[in-house]
Amino acid sequence: MRKSRTLNLGTGSFVLLGFAALFFLTTQTTSHGLAVFGPAHYQVTAKFDNIGDLKVGAPVSMSGVEVGRVTKIDFDSNEYKAVVLLRLNERFNKIPTDSDASIYTQGLLGGKFIGLTAGGADTYLKDGSQIDFTQSAFVLENLIGQVLANFTKQKADEQAPARADPKATEKTK
Amino acid sequence: MIGELWENFTDALEGLGSVVHFLFRLVGNTPRVLLRFSLISQQIFNSGALSLIIIMLSGLFVGMVLGLQGFQLLQRFGSEEALGTAATIGLVKELGPVVTALLFAGRAGTALASELGLMRATDQLSAMEMMAVDPIQRVVVPRFLGGVIAMPLLAGIFSVIGIYGAQLVGVQIMGVDSGSFWSQMRSAVSLSDVTEGIVKSFVFGVACSLIAVYQGYYATPTAEGVGRATTTTVVTSAVVILFLDYLITAAFL
Amino acid sequence: MNQRAPIVDIRNLDYAVNGRPVFAGLDIQIPRGKVTAVMGPSGTGKTTLLRLITGQVSADSGEIQVAGQDMRVLSRTELYVLRRRMGMLFQNGALLTDFSVFENVAFPLREHTDLTERLIRQLVLTKLQAVGLRGAAELMPAELSGGMSRRVALARAIVMDPELLIYDEPFVGLDPISLGVILRLIRRLNDTLGITSIVVSHDVQEISTVADQVFLLSGGKVVAGGAPQELKTNPTEIVKQFIGGLADGPVPFHFPAPDYFSELMSRSEEP
Repeated sequence: MRKSRTLNLGTGSFVLLGFAALFFLTTQTTSHGLAVFGPAHYQVTAKFDNIGDLKVGAPVSMSGVEVGRVTKIDFDSNEYKAVVLLRLNERFNKIPTDSDASIYTQGLLGGKFIGLTAGGADTYLKDGSQIDFTQSAFVLENLIGQVLANFTKQKADEQAPARADPKATEKTK
Repeated sequence: MIGELWENFTDALEGLGSVVHFLFRLVGNTPRVLLRFSLISQQIFNSGALSLIIIMLSGLFVGMVLGLQGFQLLQRFGSEEALGTAATIGLVKELGPVVTALLFAGRAGTALASELGLMRATDQLSAMEMMAVDPIQRVVVPRFLGGVIAMPLLAGIFSVIGIYGAQLVGVQIMGVDSGSFWSQMRSAVSLSDVTEGIVKSFVFGVACSLIAVYQGYYATPTAEGVGRATTTTVVTSAVVILFLDYLITAAFL
Repeated sequence: MNQRAPIVDIRNLDYAVNGRPVFAGLDIQIPRGKVTAVMGPSGTGKTTLLRLITGQVSADSGEIQVAGQDMRVLSRTELYVLRRRMGMLFQNGALLTDFSVFENVAFPLREHTDLTERLIRQLVLTKLQAVGLRGAAELMPAELSGGMSRRVALARAIVMDPELLIYDEPFVGLDPISLGVILRLIRRLNDTLGITSIVVSHDVQEISTVADQVFLLSGGKVVAGGAPQELKTNPTEIVKQFIGGLADGPVPFHFPAPDYFSELMSRSEEP
């Protein structure tokens, strides 16, 4: 009977060790972790026209300091905007309600993250608040399109004065 | 020649059917056996706790090699900081489940096969039948369940120790920043990666345990029969593990 | 329950393995309360007969009744219930290697009954005492000699107080002393417990000293049956060869081979 006691002890320890390892893997190596064990949080939302390739789990920072994470990305089919859920650390609870949320890129070609810039209001964001001032992600294709559009417009403007005179004299005739 | 190939093919098909049939029999008897948990607990000890040392040692060394190789490779792209991510993803999704399963087949699988094979060869299984005790319930299913439960736990332990091994080499020896190691890992590794690893190790556990108990139970009741059962267990387990690895990886994509 | 009915009643039984017929029209009745020996040359299917009686294999056709139960219609559960009324001693003892002698004998009790530890202990020690091994209760099977293993297996076979005891070649490989011990136990247990014993063996001299009835199997049939003395005077060729231990007879000495002279000659002609 004593033999079975040490046996059970050994089995129990092994199973405990195994589950501890699995627990570690699921919470300490992923971006989600278990909200229960992290510091207290509160949730706010922000709506964007275009979030680019912003991913769930991307950091939210203010002045370069990480204050929270993106926990959910949804779509509002009434306003046709992306709805992003931000989970902010309770320690940073003095963010003015008129603050600005923009989507930036890490480095030159890194992943996207959300940067908050403080506004001047006296009231602060709390659980359930919505950030009204947002700026969408920078999309490379749009910039190229803009540059091309500007470039062709410039060219057209240069040629326009030469054509405008004969046109104007024709019309006033 | 064709005739031989065809015979081999039909033999293999028959074998596969036999194994699947055996699996259903084991699963069907599982509820009854769960009532006698002490039998299963003993087998979890045999298959799991007794394999701990080899799993932990292997995990450490694999993790350390991963740290070295990963660092060298990432250095070419100037991304040494991503070592944490690389090591964790590599371990959790692939090396953890697969290497653990291969080691498991070698250590625990052969033990299961030879135990059952020996019981078959010395008439112990027949004696149990004669004493009106169903050997499937009393002896085979507990061993099967013990292996199925132990495998994911072992794979988890392997991965954790591997990550620390990679950290040991990367941070302590090669100078990667500890903060970056963990923070990049946390932001890049997702829960679905870990889940994929757990699913794999569970499936591998079922496959290895099934093959081992099947080979042992149906071993030819001679000394060579038992020996053949153990070698067949290792070989078959290895091939099946690697094949299933591909299937599951593709399924998760 | 009819006390005079044979405990095993087999009529016109056919059984083949891989197309090769083992039994064809076998007829055998084993009486209750007696020690019956089943003998025969190697390969005649003595062990197969035991397997048919215990339900490990089923007949292709014919009738087989054991302890009043028709073996052909038993479900798995009913078969298990029947097996609890039997005890079987395997050729090499077949003790469970991970358990001590005590635990081995206690195994059926632990699996099938709800008896208290004290009661189990008393029963186990009683049975071990009957086979003379009460002092070996704490040994492991690996530490036992062949004869001792078989005695422990015997204790295990009787621990549930069966009606029928089956011995599969119990004398193989035993020294004269151990052999004598087993013989004595077979006879004594049968008489004191009031049970039926079936012994499969080919030790003609030994088993004749304790058996009440002997059946000789050959070619898938019973070729002789009766008291041991009767077999000694049986005129059938196969019986004479078997009882007398003759090297040649209906069971030939030579394995089938081509003509001796031509085989020798053909070899010397090859270049």
